[in-house]
Amino acid sequence: MKRLKTFSMVLATVLTLGSCSTGQATVPAPVYDTGINPENWIKIPAGSFRMGQFEHETLIPYDYEISVTPVTNRQYAGFLNEALDAGVISVSGNVVSGYYPGDEFHGGRHEVEIVPGDYIYFMPGEADSRIIYQNQQFQVKSGYQDHPVTMVSWFGAWAYADYYGYRLPAETEWEKAARGLDGRPYPWGNGIAGANANYYASGDPFEESTGAIGNTTPVGFYNGGVYDGFVTLDSASPFGVYDMAGNVWEWTADIYEGTHLRYLRGGSRNNYAYDLRLWNRNSAHPEYCGPSEGFRVVRNP
Amino acid sequence: MQAIIERFRYLFCSTKGLVLVAIALVSGVTFLFGTLSANMAAFGIKDITVDLFNMNLVEAEREGRIIILYHSIAVAVVAIETYIITHILPMKRGLRASINATITAGYIFALVFGLVFAYFGHNYIFHGLFIFGLSLVFFAGLMLAVALWPWQKQYRQNDSQYSRTRGGLDLERTAFFVAALATLGSALYGAIAGSFYGNGFETFLAEDVVREVHRSTLQLAVIGHLHIMLTLIAIMLALIVGRWFDFKGILHKMAMPLMILGTVIVTLGAWAVVPWEHIAHSIISPGSMPAAIAALLLVIFGFRKLIREHIMVEQETGNAGFWQKLKALVHDPLKFGALWQMVFMNFVVTIPGIFIAIRLDEIFRTWPFREERIIITGHWHALAGIIATIILLYYADMAGLKGKARRWFGWLVILGSNIAFGAVTVYSLKRLVVSETAQQPLVDWTMLLADVGMMTVMLMLGIILVWRLVDLFARRGRWAEEVEQAGRDGECG
Repeated sequence: MKRLKTFSMVLATVLTLGSCSTGQATVPAPVYDTGINPENWIKIPAGSFRMGQFEHETLIPYDYEISVTPVTNRQYAGFLNEALDAGVISVSGNVVSGYYPGDEFHGGRHEVEIVPGDYIYFMPGEADSRIIYQNQQFQVKSGYQDHPVTMVSWFGAWAYADYYGYRLPAETEWEKAARGLDGRPYPWGNGIAGANANYYASGDPFEESTGAIGNTTPVGFYNGGVYDGFVTLDSASPFGVYDMAGNVWEWTADIYEGTHLRYLRGGSRNNYAYDLRLWNRNSAHPEYCGPSEGFRVVRNP
Repeated sequence: MQAIIERFRYLFCSTKGLVLVAIALVSGVTFLFGTLSANMAAFGIKDITVDLFNMNLVEAEREGRIIILYHSIAVAVVAIETYIITHILPMKRGLRASINATITAGYIFALVFGLVFAYFGHNYIFHGLFIFGLSLVFFAGLMLAVALWPWQKQYRQNDSQYSRTRGGLDLERTAFFVAALATLGSALYGAIAGSFYGNGFETFLAEDVVREVHRSTLQLAVIGHLHIMLTLIAIMLALIVGRWFDFKGILHKMAMPLMILGTVIVTLGAWAVVPWEHIAHSIISPGSMPAAIAALLLVIFGFRKLIREHIMVEQETGNAGFWQKLKALVHDPLKFGALWQMVFMNFVVTIPGIFIAIRLDEIFRTWPFREERIIITGHWHALAGIIATIILLYYADMAGLKGKARRWFGWLVILGSNIAFGAVTVYSLKRLVVSETAQQPLVDWTMLLADVGMMTVMLMLGIILVWRLVDLFARRGRWAEEVEQAGRDGECG
């Protein structure tokens, strides 16, 4: 145990020495209007599509609507304020938490039991958060209103959807909306370039101040627009959904037997291009709040 | 024409030539295909390589390509170890020639046709030739096991300084034999699973399925296969280094039974991954201990030998102080480096690995999977890289590098690799202390150090290859002496 502690301390010292940085949350973000309204919905028709790396024919026998972009900081701050007024959430220190009814426990290997109770929804006090809690109000840091919300846990994403009568997309729903029907690896087709999406060292204007890891980009940024000379390609999915690859990983709804982990799709600003291939999955503890994790929602038409 | 034939004879008949060809091919493959890595893609290098060589990279086939690339490099490394084993251990001349010829054809077929299939369009004849190459390598392994059979009378160990049974069974040869058998079984373990699922099975990288709740038989077989193959390559290399140092005495007598025991248990543990995954680690962890202790005994022996021999040469006395002993220890970076790398492996592979295993659920499984994957990938790349540097140091000695060149080469390989793998380890574990948002300076520094370190090693590798390439153009270069020596040793008729 002593050996472990020593190892951790040495490692911590080395890493801390190399990591003295203010982080990009304090860096003023350039403000761009993408013209994409995050309140819009896109209808995905019932039918089959090719799912996964090996393109298995998969049927979704119903129509559904998916938000055209990930949920933004502005939208999520609005939810937090409404939920706070309604007594649905509580704020304690740097943590916003709320109730979750729990999951069935199967005793799987590494599975953690999710019992009914309060769980972390959001972390407004973290340096990485773009929403702060001041004077009993949640406010978005200047310039980040239309960026995707981050530092939100799966529970926080679930709560947002539940509050407004939406739901998180199932993995199948998410992938169909992203890929269309022809099994393409990226929403826009084959191949990837820095003009298509926000990924590691993709060269977007936000990387100038933060380095290759970059920053989130405003939702719908890759729509063919030109921002301070940075030319983007219209990179919507065949259905017209934006930001399905890169920017932030997106929480999905599925809960699988034998694990408490929740799954994320799409890749983020902090991943190499190959992680943005649409069949890739990520997973994390449902209370994990990260600066590259966000979500979008679906609803029944 | 005669000049070409003579050089061809050197390159494909003598041990030194065969090892040189394999190292050159692995270097070329590593250099070329390394430019396709994600980091190189970020610099735009990948696009240049793809355009220059007209590669056909389908997004959905990335995992398949990488698997063939790993196999191409791995079989060449297995071939290098085989050449060295057939050189350093006594065996029948005809069998030695057959083993070397078969494995040479095998790994070159596997490497060339595998990579052409994976990266330049999918001609299934090439895939067939890739499999044929792997099969030849396996067949060469069978012959090696036969050649190593330790119960033959002529291979009895008569020198009491070496590990042996009362009946004279050479336990070091037995350790080689057991490792060869374990390697053959472990190769089958992967091959049978792969064949069973047939052409077109849905390929994956093992690091991508670590969080799967229900892993398929194929997934488990692949996980077991890759772990044990790398482990056995490392065990075989430790045995080779032991021979290099003429490992003997009491430590040798203790080490060889431990190495045999460790090899058997750890192999059975890896094979148990498919039927009994839940208890496999309980077999593997204790099984790796005897092998690790055997390696430690080798390091102790080797360090003491380096000190003793140098001080004897310099002073003709054994009463040296600490600094004199330290100076003696490090006077030959090739030999010191081979042992040091085994020690260093613990800092970047073993200790972090144990730490992660102990705190897996508490720390690492709360993070996004991509963080865990970085750790896993860094972990085994560091292990494979360290194995490669030990082979490189061994080859430099084999190639006759002497004087200042030997010292510069040795130290730069040690420093370069230690900086690179140390930086990679820090990079992979960064999330313990730095948030994603604040990580960029750390990422920049560790990546820079890793690149500088790897470039240094690659530069040394390039220099030694150019040195030997230039030598091949000399009418009576080193190659001529080496091929003559090989003739005298019975390697080239």
